[in-house]
Amino acid sequence: MDWMMVLKAFILGGIICIIGQILIDKTKLTPARILVTYVTVGAILGGLGWYKYLINWGGCGATVPLTGFGNLLSKGAIEELKSMGLLGAFTGGIKATAGGIAAAIFFGYIASLVSKPKIKKQ
Amino acid sequence: MKKLGNQTYVLSKPVNILSTACIVGPKEKEGPLNPYFDQCLEDEFWGENSWEKAESKIIKETVNMAIAKSKIASSEIDFCFAGDLLNQCISSSFGLRESNIPFFGIFGACSTFGEALTLGSITIDGDFATNVVCAASSHFCSAEKQFRFPLELGNQRAPASQWTVTGSGAAVLSKDGEGPYVTAITPGKIVDMGIKDANNMGAAMAGAAQDTLLCHFKDTGRKPSYYDAIFTGDLGHIGKDILVDLMDTKGYNIKANYNDCGVLIFDKETQDTHSGGSGCGCSASVFSGYITHMFKDGKYKKILLMPTGALMNSTTSQQGESIPGIAHAVAIESAFPTDLKV
Amino acid sequence: MKPINSKEEYQQYVDQKTPNSPILKNCFNAFWVGGLICAIGQIIFEICKTRGIEETISYSIVSIILIFISAFLTALNLFNKIGKFAGAGSLVPITGFANSIVSPAMEYKSEGYVLGVGAKMFTVAGPVLVYGISSSIIIGIIYLIFNTQSITLI
Repeated sequence: MDWMMVLKAFILGGIICIIGQILIDKTKLTPARILVTYVTVGAILGGLGWYKYLINWGGCGATVPLTGFGNLLSKGAIEELKSMGLLGAFTGGIKATAGGIAAAIFFGYIASLVSKPKIKKQ
Repeated sequence: MKKLGNQTYVLSKPVNILSTACIVGPKEKEGPLNPYFDQCLEDEFWGENSWEKAESKIIKETVNMAIAKSKIASSEIDFCFAGDLLNQCISSSFGLRESNIPFFGIFGACSTFGEALTLGSITIDGDFATNVVCAASSHFCSAEKQFRFPLELGNQRAPASQWTVTGSGAAVLSKDGEGPYVTAITPGKIVDMGIKDANNMGAAMAGAAQDTLLCHFKDTGRKPSYYDAIFTGDLGHIGKDILVDLMDTKGYNIKANYNDCGVLIFDKETQDTHSGGSGCGCSASVFSGYITHMFKDGKYKKILLMPTGALMNSTTSQQGESIPGIAHAVAIESAFPTDLKV
Repeated sequence: MKPINSKEEYQQYVDQKTPNSPILKNCFNAFWVGGLICAIGQIIFEICKTRGIEETISYSIVSIILIFISAFLTALNLFNKIGKFAGAGSLVPITGFANSIVSPAMEYKSEGYVLGVGAKMFTVAGPVLVYGISSSIIIGIIYLIFNTQSITLI
């Protein structure tokens, strides 16, 4: 196993999270707005072709944060565009991210079946 | 006329607070006011399957308890004034639908209990009723769900945010009895200080609290030191500091005998409630529990209770509107006052 | 303190009265929790690699496993405690996206499985999908405009 990559993922992921934390504390953005900002920024960086440098350096440190999700969307759209034409811009993004979206919806549904909310103890 | 000055009303025959009752949740149970509550719940659901049903049950049982303590048959109660924070006041109306008492659902956000006491006193003083029950409730989980985020969302609370009290308080007011009495009321105006941060309700409401408090002192000619204690509803730690400052700029020093129900109900250090408690149930349960006990023990003879409310909902805050506040002051004394001449 | 005469003065005064978030502590916690989540992802990725799984598929596997862990912790009523501690550290990784779908699903179960769970599931995640997907389509179209020679329309 490449432990150097694990360390790099730790550092890059941590830095991307610090930026989010500064946004939360300094701008009073709600969680939904933070996530929207991240996914949009990721999609733009992906479209410009810059995000792949982050992935090359930090691996999952770049793909796991929501910017990675945005990157995957725009990368998928562009790749499919190349092979299928205009239609690809509409199908490519969701195809590339289908696994994550479907998993979140499915596990969310299962969780609502088996569990109910509890008060925060603190 | 019973009006004194601009907006204070002296009751011609002070209205008796016959009995009070309060039921609170598990977090309030762990707080410093624990010994004064009539009943503390072990969990927020209280055997129901939704937060809304649990809150309805809390207000229902609280009202029943207050009526039972008053030793008046519920058929002798002429009106019920009750309210809460949920859409269309459903906790109160669902909780009290089997009570068989003519019902007024009221909304004054977290000032609802003050509004209920005010309206109840006026109705009795105006000879429209002999006995009235006033109640208010809130529930942390139902309030979070309606105003903020799902409970299981992993977010951080802002340092100025407040913790909605799970609980309810109720009081039976009556024409006759041995006190304590509601002697004067100063209903508040809506005051908007232009605060837009929904995480800083204390700051949004402090302006309204100042306005009502100033009116009360000017109209009655009383000084802050007239009262053994002055309580606001749920300004929290930040709002409390702001009100002390604001009153100071107007030449009133209230520091010595002023406190806030939201500050009292939780321990800031150990309970991690940031700026303190909030919600209709906050002033209602602190009054019905702690303050009433202090009257019984003779520690208080004259207090001013001033529940405060932030009159907003999640739509207005999403639309970027500022948050208007309101505060209703109710003077409660163990004997008829002699200083108020109308 | 001097008297306050306008809403602007009051806002200034309130800002100075309101405590700030402990930003250094929050950033430190966000860093190590967020980093840890990504490092776990990388370990899963490396395991996939040793088994000869293709890179893009490996990244999908990482996402799905992290989403599962997040949903599982949310269902155990643990994720909100992690989130309270870590802030952006658990929000920004894909775990936060999963939590934002799972938590309203659980919360609104009392309103039924169709309009409660089914509809409210997207209260936080919906905007993420709307903006993510829309911007990817726009980016695709812009890409097309700049490369009309090399790409056939249909």
